[in-house]
Amino acid sequence: MARRYDSRTTIFSPEGRLFQVEYAMEAISHAGAAIGIVSQEGIVLAAEKKIISKLLDDDKSTEKMYKLDDHIACAVAGITADANILINYARVAAQRYLFAYQEPQPIEQLVTQLCDLKQGYTQYGGMRPFGVSLLYAGWDKIHGFQLYSSDPSGNYGGWKATAIGANNQAAQSILKQEWKAELNLKEALQLAVKVMSKTMDSTSLTAEKLEFATLTRPGDEVRYRVLTDQQVEALLKEANVGAEKKEEL
Amino acid sequence: MSDTLIGFVGDDYVLLAADATNAFSIILMKDDEDKIMKLDSHKLLAAGGENGDRVQFCEYIQKNLSLYRYRTGRALGTNAAAHYLRGELARFLRESPYQVNLLMAGHDEEDGPSLYFIDYMASMHKMKMAAHGYGSYFSLSILDRQWRKGMPSTKGSN
Repeated sequence: MARRYDSRTTIFSPEGRLFQVEYAMEAISHAGAAIGIVSQEGIVLAAEKKIISKLLDDDKSTEKMYKLDDHIACAVAGITADANILINYARVAAQRYLFAYQEPQPIEQLVTQLCDLKQGYTQYGGMRPFGVSLLYAGWDKIHGFQLYSSDPSGNYGGWKATAIGANNQAAQSILKQEWKAELNLKEALQLAVKVMSKTMDSTSLTAEKLEFATLTRPGDEVRYRVLTDQQVEALLKEANVGAEKKEEL
Repeated sequence: MSDTLIGFVGDDYVLLAADATNAFSIILMKDDEDKIMKLDSHKLLAAGGENGDRVQFCEYIQKNLSLYRYRTGRALGTNAAAHYLRGELARFLRESPYQVNLLMAGHDEEDGPSLYFIDYMASMHKMKMAAHGYGSYFSLSILDRQWRKGMPSTKGSN
């Protein structure tokens, strides 16, 4: 019976569901995970890379994380091509705000704008929704460090720590247990490693499968840093989840 | 037109003054016209120039600032509001111009009092003292002579 109400995004099913939106979320649940953790000193974003190949011409670009403006970054989970459209839209929106008001856009406003766009695709136009969930991390002078996540329906929430993509429920429950308000950046990074190691399907974690980024504000400026492979390796080693694992406890 | 507007910044306030005449060629229609509009709880906009344009543009800005407040839960700061206003005036300049000269005054928690001079061509300057209109020819020199940084309100109104 569900089959009859699949094909158009713009109609409800008799049970009051929007199947296309749900199918989009299903697509994302197969995509590489991304998590975000807010600490006292800033926000940590971690993501699982799906495209891993020795042949990849790498280093400069990231697969999962993108800077939206000087003070906002995001991590994506889902269809990369869809994500690129949304990221570009977000970047334009952020610059448009900066041009009009000569100050950086408050993060929640950018999130709302993107979500309003996503919502449009669930109500009119007849086009499928975006198959992307995003984590937004940033700093603004109104609320300081903030983490938001949005999904194809256009809903969003503000979080202290959250996960999207594959195994996000498992990741969320670990975060629920382990997150505390007093975390500093180092501890947040370590927690991120722990969560990734427990929720990723692969047996061992290596730097090439992961992306880490931090968003901090050391002085007057927000700093977005993607960790290098060496830094990730050091992190993994410290947490003892590297390829050469010490013995299982 | 030549409506006179005068403004300057004190220690924790901005003072705005505007003439109150509204004339149609040789006929004095009104001598108690209020040309200073309250944009929000901490901002004022003094406007001079073409009658319809004056009210229309000020109300447009005022309502858009309100919309921002309802949408986001907070008011724009003075600097942001001034730039927004200038952007709108600049846009209209090449579509359907508003002939208004403006002085925007605001007080922010963080930045304190500030004054913005905007002319009808949408040029903008943040200033300590500013004036528009015929009255500016007199007042600017007086302000230059007498203005001091951080005047308390008693001195300012003098």
